[in-house]
Amino acid sequence: MQKTFAAPLTQLADQNLLERLQRAAFAYLESYADPDTGLVADTSRAGSPASIAVVGFALSCYPIAVERGWMPRAEAAARTLRVLRFFAESPQSDAPDATGHHGFYYHFLDMHTGRRVWNCELSIVDTALLTAGILLAGSYFTGEGVERDIRAQAEALYGRIDWAWAQDGAGAIAQGWKPEYGFLNYGWEGYNEGTIVYLLGMGSPSFPLPTTSFAAWTSTYQWENLFDVDVLYSGPLFTHLFAHAWIDYRGIQDAFMREKHCDYFENTQRTVAVHREYGARNPHGFVGYDRDLWGITAGDGPSRREMEVGQHDFRVYGYMARGAPYGPDDGTLAPWAMLATAPFGADAALRGTRRMLAQYPEVCPQERFVSGCNPTCRRGSDIWLSDGWYGLDQGLLVMMIENLRTGLPWRLMRESRYLRAGLLAAGFSGGWLAP
Amino acid sequence: MNAVTSEDDAAVTAAWLRRTRPADWRNPTPAPRYDLCIIGAGPAGMTAAAYAARHGLRVALVERRQLGGNSLNWGSVPSKTLISTARTGADFPAVLARVRRVRSRIAEQHSIERLQRLGIDVFFDQARFIGTHSLRAGAATLCFRKALIASGARPRSPTIPGLEDIGFRTSETIFDVAALPRRLGVIGGGALGCELAQAFAALGSRVTILQRQPKFLPRFERDAAELLSLALARDGVETRLNSAVLAAHSADGARILDVANNELRFPIAVDEVLLSIGRVPNTEDLELDAAGIACEPIEGVRTDDFLQTTNPDVYAAGDICMRHQFANVAEATALMAVQNAFAAGRKRCSELLIPRCAYCSPEIAQIGLHIWQARERGIPIKSYTVMMADVDRAITEDLEQGFVKIYVRDGSDAIVGATIVAARASDMINELSVIMNAGVGMRRLAAMLHTYPAQSGAIHLAAQAFVRNQPVVPWT
Repeated sequence: MQKTFAAPLTQLADQNLLERLQRAAFAYLESYADPDTGLVADTSRAGSPASIAVVGFALSCYPIAVERGWMPRAEAAARTLRVLRFFAESPQSDAPDATGHHGFYYHFLDMHTGRRVWNCELSIVDTALLTAGILLAGSYFTGEGVERDIRAQAEALYGRIDWAWAQDGAGAIAQGWKPEYGFLNYGWEGYNEGTIVYLLGMGSPSFPLPTTSFAAWTSTYQWENLFDVDVLYSGPLFTHLFAHAWIDYRGIQDAFMREKHCDYFENTQRTVAVHREYGARNPHGFVGYDRDLWGITAGDGPSRREMEVGQHDFRVYGYMARGAPYGPDDGTLAPWAMLATAPFGADAALRGTRRMLAQYPEVCPQERFVSGCNPTCRRGSDIWLSDGWYGLDQGLLVMMIENLRTGLPWRLMRESRYLRAGLLAAGFSGGWLAP
Repeated sequence: MNAVTSEDDAAVTAAWLRRTRPADWRNPTPAPRYDLCIIGAGPAGMTAAAYAARHGLRVALVERRQLGGNSLNWGSVPSKTLISTARTGADFPAVLARVRRVRSRIAEQHSIERLQRLGIDVFFDQARFIGTHSLRAGAATLCFRKALIASGARPRSPTIPGLEDIGFRTSETIFDVAALPRRLGVIGGGALGCELAQAFAALGSRVTILQRQPKFLPRFERDAAELLSLALARDGVETRLNSAVLAAHSADGARILDVANNELRFPIAVDEVLLSIGRVPNTEDLELDAAGIACEPIEGVRTDDFLQTTNPDVYAAGDICMRHQFANVAEATALMAVQNAFAAGRKRCSELLIPRCAYCSPEIAQIGLHIWQARERGIPIKSYTVMMADVDRAITEDLEQGFVKIYVRDGSDAIVGATIVAARASDMINELSVIMNAGVGMRRLAAMLHTYPAQSGAIHLAAQAFVRNQPVVPWT
């Protein structure tokens, strides 16, 4: 790990800091893509498979790279078409080593062959994140030739997803499926990133989810007053960011948000306020937590075997969906998470990011944030750091920084007729949806 | 804890039996006709009997096992004693001895002597209806004007192949184990299963909970169930969600549970199995048909909102007919049934506000509507949440785990429900019970003084948050 890159970052003006961090994050998506399949690795760790969600982020970031001059348009289009063709031609069946089934894809795929690995689940939500990227690419590449092919592939891939199949007869949608078992139920209840599944599923021209499915989903929402903030609660920060990377929620409301005089954009702003307040209160006394040092979300964290003798009096969780204020919380922060909230409040995001970089520069090797750090849990004199980089973190950062700087991802997705149809079917109205 | 000799223990058990079912008991000669015949001497039956007798009614009480029912003898009293004693660090024999002492002591409050002093005729026998206004208790025929069925419920039997053969415990028989099981498998992640799992883990057993559903405590609030799941892990309880036990067998002196988690199949070896998969009503030996009383296998005796069965002179109360199978519900419905039967009462059981608690560590208590129930009824809800870590008394006592959530009808200050996760949630929820029954809203609650510092200060803080959330009213 090189620590020397972090020091200059703290001296940069905001726009330069954003540019440097965004560029470095994008470099992950460039560097960890397979040249043949176009798939992108889940993490930078040796032997990592591809994550279909990371591919969705990568597809959304190529247009940003073009606009920022980091990648020629032709190369971005070629990379995009390569991976779309891979998905179009990869095996779809109930075979245990297929790439997908019913238009959905397995969560993790072999980087080179594109086949299912780790006996993982056919992931409904990760397919939705991939699909958001596919639709964004379809919106951006409006030219002829390769770009026409991109649009055709995007239409075909989206159109073949059998969203209604994943409903499995019940009101709400299943969260996964395995050929060895069938549909999986993780017991999802309440608001989380799964919203995007319903919105894309209801916008489908071929296998749409019924409009009642969104009502079933929102019926488990909890509107809470936490730390004097009214908020639609979900513990981990990423659940307030993933769908928001693509969907411009400013000023549009579904029935729930109309009832609460709020919208999902403002709700993320309020969630940030809750997380900052939690950082200030720091009920467990974890090292570093502060109103300007926060970021509790899903990700890598220390495991028990990594703890030093004498530190076993508090519990650690390894890879876990951490949340605030209900927990779980073991002192692990995602150092990228504050910056990912920048479109919802640049001041708090940058203030926190600068504090993190100044206090723990080692969280940003090669100007790219690691997944997790835990200043309470030490290895000798060093704080605990997760190993390598995670593609989801990098892709989300590139998109969110761009949404702050130009709003390009939001604008491109506003142009997607399928997302618009899904939002309208879910009962959204107002703002940019107004006729 | 006092040292206990085996002689003490024998005396304790003898006292318990003397109070709940004397060995030399002879059933009385029945009266020609009773105003009220009650089947079952658990919390519902005992409450109804005492209440009716004090109002001058001639009462017969029929019990096939022991006075006090499940709650006193095999349920709440022993399990809550076990849970609290396990946390003291006492060894297992001492813990069980204390369970027996506590049970015997509380049995005095429900003893046969007290019933006799009230003039109640007690029959220890199986009750069976023989007509619309008569039943048999052993050889005796009892005729009645009105009857109350309060025969309770029992642990549901397993449908797992092989489990009967290898032997298992239920919440009623777990206290009979001779020694602390080294490995305990708990099938079922409901309140009682989680409570006992935590208690046995505290005693030193290696406990594994196998829960078919993807979360614990399906009837409780999401954040509460998740917090419990962290607490169980903290206490060393291994939890396996989405895990069904397909079969059971014995091998090498151990009991082997064949478990399925999605597509995975694996064995779990344990020394004892605790089955905690719910309860079923005790209806099958009552010969309800003879009295024209309808019942369902799972829901129990069919009653209307006034607790009247399909025989208009027969009522039911407690676990035999209620979805919420708790002693407080049993007692409340018993009083209601007697009032409805004899005082032309029109008390509705649907209007009962039921506080309930899972006695885990921390405790999880709930009252009123769940959020999803409110949404189903079109009631917009806002939860006012206070973390126990922000309550001064909780900090001073280092009992910071948990939260208070009060569910308020959005746009008003009306409280429609609450969830409390805290070390003493079972006590704190009673404040909500009182204020909800009294129709006190968040505004008045905020103005009511509480002691400082107190754990229940969390409830007050939630009400104060409500007030802060309202527009400021200018001073006049």
